[in-house]
This record gives sequence, structure tokens and C-alpha cells, in this order.
Amino acid sequence: MNLTDAPRGGAPDAPPGGQPLHMVTTSTATLPDTVRRLMAEDRPLFIGLVVEHTGSRPPHLQYVWMGPEARWLLVDVAVDGTVVPSITPTVFAADWAEREAEDLFGVHFDGHPQLGDFILHDEDWAENLAPMKTRPEPPAHGGGRDPYEPPRIVQAPGRFVMPVGPVFSAAQESVRFLLETVGEEIMHAHVRLFYKYRGLEKLMERQAPDRAVLVAERVNGTQAFAHGLAFAQAVEALGAAVVPPRARTIRTALAEWERLRSHVATLAGIVESTGLSIPANLLAAVEEHLLQLSARYLGHRYLFGLVALGGLSRDPGDDALQALARAGVEAGGSVQAVCHRLTFDNSFLDRLEAVGMLPPARAATLGLVGPVGRASGAPADVRCWHPYAAYGKHLVTPVIESEGDGYARFRVFRREVAASVDLIQRCAAALPAGPVQTPVPVVPGVGLAAVEAPSGALAYWVRAGSAGQIDRCHIMAPAFLNWHGLADAVRDFAFQDFPIIVSTLGLSVADADR
Amino acid sequence: MPWFWEGLKRDVHTLPPGVARLPSGVTPGRPTTTAVTAEDPFDADICPVGALARRDAGVAVDFDHCIHCMRCQPPKAPVQWQNDYRWAEAAAPPLPPRFQRSIHVRIVDAGDCGGCLSELRQLLGPVYSLHRYGIYVSPTPRDADVLLVVGPVTVGMRVALEETYAAMPDPKRVVAVGVCALNGGLFADSFAVSGGASRVVPVDVTVPGCPPPPLAILHALELVTGARRETREVAES
Repeated sequence: MNLTDAPRGGAPDAPPGGQPLHMVTTSTATLPDTVRRLMAEDRPLFIGLVVEHTGSRPPHLQYVWMGPEARWLLVDVAVDGTVVPSITPTVFAADWAEREAEDLFGVHFDGHPQLGDFILHDEDWAENLAPMKTRPEPPAHGGGRDPYEPPRIVQAPGRFVMPVGPVFSAAQESVRFLLETVGEEIMHAHVRLFYKYRGLEKLMERQAPDRAVLVAERVNGTQAFAHGLAFAQAVEALGAAVVPPRARTIRTALAEWERLRSHVATLAGIVESTGLSIPANLLAAVEEHLLQLSARYLGHRYLFGLVALGGLSRDPGDDALQALARAGVEAGGSVQAVCHRLTFDNSFLDRLEAVGMLPPARAATLGLVGPVGRASGAPADVRCWHPYAAYGKHLVTPVIESEGDGYARFRVFRREVAASVDLIQRCAAALPAGPVQTPVPVVPGVGLAAVEAPSGALAYWVRAGSAGQIDRCHIMAPAFLNWHGLADAVRDFAFQDFPIIVSTLGLSVADADR
Repeated sequence: MPWFWEGLKRDVHTLPPGVARLPSGVTPGRPTTTAVTAEDPFDADICPVGALARRDAGVAVDFDHCIHCMRCQPPKAPVQWQNDYRWAEAAAPPLPPRFQRSIHVRIVDAGDCGGCLSELRQLLGPVYSLHRYGIYVSPTPRDADVLLVVGPVTVGMRVALEETYAAMPDPKRVVAVGVCALNGGLFADSFAVSGGASRVVPVDVTVPGCPPPPLAILHALELVTGARRETREVAES
């Protein structure tokens, strides 16, 4: 969606229904009321908070929500000064987005429950750096304040904090969990992300879009195609480029191919965490097989370099896609066979059923997205809500479960494997002819696009400048929204359940630590 | 017990040593130094990371910077690609001979995008089955002989990496896995990144690639132990 010339509704009480874009402009003072009114009449999905703040100009904030029927809801805040009333008391999903904005831009949110040490860890960075605000170069790191102490949530005799991470004893991503407990059960979990914060949004600034797409792919290497696609679609929206039908269909097939591999890896991780090594290895073998097929037919095991602005960098050919579709059926069959046997395995079910509870009401409050949200009854699926690529032609039915426990998430991942296999076949059987790329003029303005990455709704907000460079890029990643739900999922469960619950959420750290 | 029979019924998934052909897909391949004539239309700027350079009689490739974007793949550019996997290079001698039969490795994710870590997971998985070579992932740095570093070493992971290295007993070796760990890769210019493992700990073996395939990482571990392993017999396709 090109936001450059978007109509700005001044009246905050106008109903958002009907129009694809509803942009509400509000002042700092009326922001909480505006948001409260908008949330009361519609329950859209919170996606993120975009901040633009350079030099001496006042910060410009844009809260982004997504609704069904291709609707966007944007609340545009013109800020006077640097203090903004927090919307977190109304929209809990905005909690981390506001903490991020405070840490990186120095915008203070009045009434927010917890600000401070978040992305820039106190022990590594000086205070009040606001590195995203500074131009041309952000300040060097260094500072070394006192080590981080989590706020004390549990007030009980014998309470202590069990630290886990950031380095683990396997090939695992760096993240630190601080688990508050009095003994056997986790009473509160503090997730400390951003050990891997790479400053990618700052890095993309001043880059040409056709280079920045390479960075976007490497935000999360295991979901590279989704990230590249979301970025490319945001830039294409700016230039009003029409991607050729063949490229749209192939993009759909490859996005599903990536979802298939990612979900198989997640399922293997869930089974591994329950200690059943034989089914875990059977699933892991399928994952490696899919990686090899990716390299054979598409050139790269993780689909790097395939997305290009205006389509695809090259045409894999009909034969390759049909071969992938056939291989997908075979791989999907192996996965379903293993999963079917697992549903009769008591030692597996006991570890997942009624474990890691995220009831629908709580999941809605937390604003969980993707398979994790859908396992808690949230219907959000970008492929249905905002059909992109060829999803308007090849329709998807969202896979929804309502229990919100680990087993519901396992079933969602499993059913989505089957749905992806089916969709790849449908795409491969109906490949239009023609080119796979169209030139994309980089027009100054703002583009916004979303895709359903394997782990959920992923949106890119891109402002391009007059010289064809990126002035600001904001990555609204699903893992950033879903890690927020971990503390709820593990509350009151025993330590031994912790790795199992984390694996059922299927979250990437790199996705959040962009 | 039912799972035991279920596992036995399935085929062997492990890549057999000494097969005549490398299964396609275990390596994504990489560009190789190619001879081009002066008339060939070749523009080194097609490489977004500057890994290609025109030399007198051809195109030279700087593997330490190549990120597999495939923009120089034929027919877009006259650069040949090769399907090998022996990408690792050692700057230090292997560990003493007593380490040949078994080593313990410690993996530190210092800002990886997930690609290199996923390849390491495949290496530990059923297809490459690292354990059959006597290579184990250590739960503690105190027992580790080899440190595998992935990622460009972010500011947040710098101390963890230093402390892990310091906690390992001598003799020890450090393997930098992936272009990011070599020199920061695409992230090198970021303010939150140190720009490669060698800025923080002494690196002995490097494996380029974005990400390097599992067999390339295995090759690096061979260089560390100095052992000639069975996969060496695997011919290239």
C-alpha cells in the first residue's frame, strides 16, 4: 500500500469499515481517547509502531493495525515535545513496540509500565543514546552501566531468579530467560532478547532498495523469502509496479515451500523437546531433504537471492516447480505419517496437552499472530486478510484451533504443512506464462506491505527518498509480537516444561533482534 | 519401543561415506575464478558486496565476501559456479594428534540470522550425523576443544564470546562459520556489530559461505583435528 498520498481522516470517530486504508491523524493529547474509541468498535490486529525522528524535527509516530478485507488502520501522531501518552494500558500488544521506540529514538511514553533497558542493554551501551535518531552516524557503543536486574514481579518468601542463556549447549539462538520461582514452578519469566540486535533498520538507511533486499532476507535467514517478499512488496507499492502474473504465482509457491520447510523444522523441534528422538530424527531428515531440494531446483538452501524488486531474480522453470510440488507431496506424507503416530503416543501427548496455555482471550490481549495466534482461536492470517502475490486466486482457509495449549499449536503446524503442500500443487498446476520481473521505479514516498511469514504477520514500512535511497525502513516482525506472549505461556508450569513450551511457540530470535 | 521398530522400518537417512556422487543440493555451490576475454561484457559492479574483480585474464572471486546472492550466476554474468564444499581454510596447525578421534565443540551464536545455526543443526541431525565422527557439542565451555562462532559478533554478544573463549582449556581452536563471522558480511557497517569474530577472539579456521553448507563446516572441523575423514572420499558431482 502506498501511503504517500493517503487521505487523512481528521475525525477520529469515523468508522474504519469499508475503506482499505483508514488513517487517523491525532495530536498527542487526544491519542489515548482516539485509540480507545477505535479499539471499541473494531478489534484489529496490532502490527507495530513506526517512528520517524531525525535531527531536531519532532518525532512522528504511526501506530499500525491490520484488519480483514485488506483494511489497514493507521493512527498518525504529530508529537509536540518528546513525551507521548502510552497506549499500552489500552493496547497491551503495543507494550514492546513502545519500549523499542523509547530505547532507539528517545521518545518517552508517559504511563508505560516499564521503560528502560530493552534493546540496548545497560551493560553494553551508554544511557540516552537514541541511535536511530542520530544522523549521519550513530554514536559508538560503550558505556558499561550496572548489570541488568529484572523488575521483581514475584513477592513470596524463598523467591529467586533462575538465569538461562544467552549461550546454550546446542545449536541454539542467543537469548536470556530470567525465570522467577520459589522452587518447582515458573512464576514469571523475563525474556531478555536483543543480545543479537544488529541495527539492521539503521543499516538499511541510505542503501538502494536492490541492496537492502539482501539485508531484509538476512533479518531471519530461516524465513528469508518471506522477509525479502515483504520488503519487495513495500517498494513495489511505492512505484505502483504491477508484478507479472507468473512471478506472483511462483512467489506464492515459494512462500509456501518456505512455510513447509519452516513448519517441519518447528515440528521436529517440538518432538525433540519431548525427548522422542526417533520421530524427531525422522522429521529432521525430511527437513534436510527439503533443504537439498531447494538448492537443487532453486539454487539456494534457504532461498536467498530469489526475490527481486518487481518479481523474481530468475525463473526456476515449470519443471522445477512441478518437481518441487511432487517432492512436497512426498515430504508432507512422511511428516503426516510421523505426526499421526505421535497422536497415539501418551508420553508425547502428556507433555503437550494443557501445557503452555494461551487462552483465546489472553492471546487476543497479547495480540499474538501467526500459527501461535491461530492455535488460540485468533483468525488472523495475512494471506486471507490482505491477499498478496497469487493468494487472491489460490485461496487459503486459515487453520484455527481454540484450546491454546501446546498440542493445539502442534496441530496447527501439522495442518498447515498439509495446506502448504496442497497450495504448492495448485500453483504448480496453474503457472501462467510470461516474464518474472518488471522494472520498479523507486518513487519517493512511503510504502507498506505485509505477508504471512511462516511464524506470522510480517510487515515492512519503507520511506524512500528522492535519490532512490531508503530513508527509513521499519520491520514489524511476528516473533517480536509473539515473544511477548512467552511469559504468559510458561506461567505456573514446571521448569521441565519450559523448553517444550518454547519449542511449541516456534519462535526465531533473529526475527525479533533485527 | 514402537518408535524403535518404526525407526528401523525407514530407510537409512545418513549420507553414506564414500558414495560416488555428491547428492545435489548438499551444497549451493559458489562462483569460481573464471577466465574471461577482454571482449566479454563483464561488469564487476553486479556484485553487491564487491567480491568480484576483473583481473588480466579473468574474474577473481573473493570468497570471504561472497554471500551467494547469485546475481553473477550464468547467464547474467560469465562467471562459472562450482559445486564443491571444501571451503574452509586453516591459519593454524591442527590440534595435537590425541584429538583426532574425538573433539567437543561449543557453539556461540553471536548475531546469526539463523541460516548458519540451521546448517549446524542439520550437521547434528540424522543426515550428516556428526556424532559418528566423534564430534560432540559440549554443554560447557570448560570441556570444549573447539569454539564455533556464527554471526558478526554483535555488541550484546561480545562479552559472552570473550568469556566462553577464556573458559575453554588449552589447547583450543576457534572456527569462524559463515561470512558474517569472518568479517561481518552484509552487517559489517552496522553500528551494533563488531565486524567478525577475529575482532574479539583469535580465529584459527574460517569457513566462508552464506550460509556454508553442513559439509563445509564438517570440512573445517577436519582441518581442526587434522583427521582424514570418510567424507573426503565423496567425489564431486
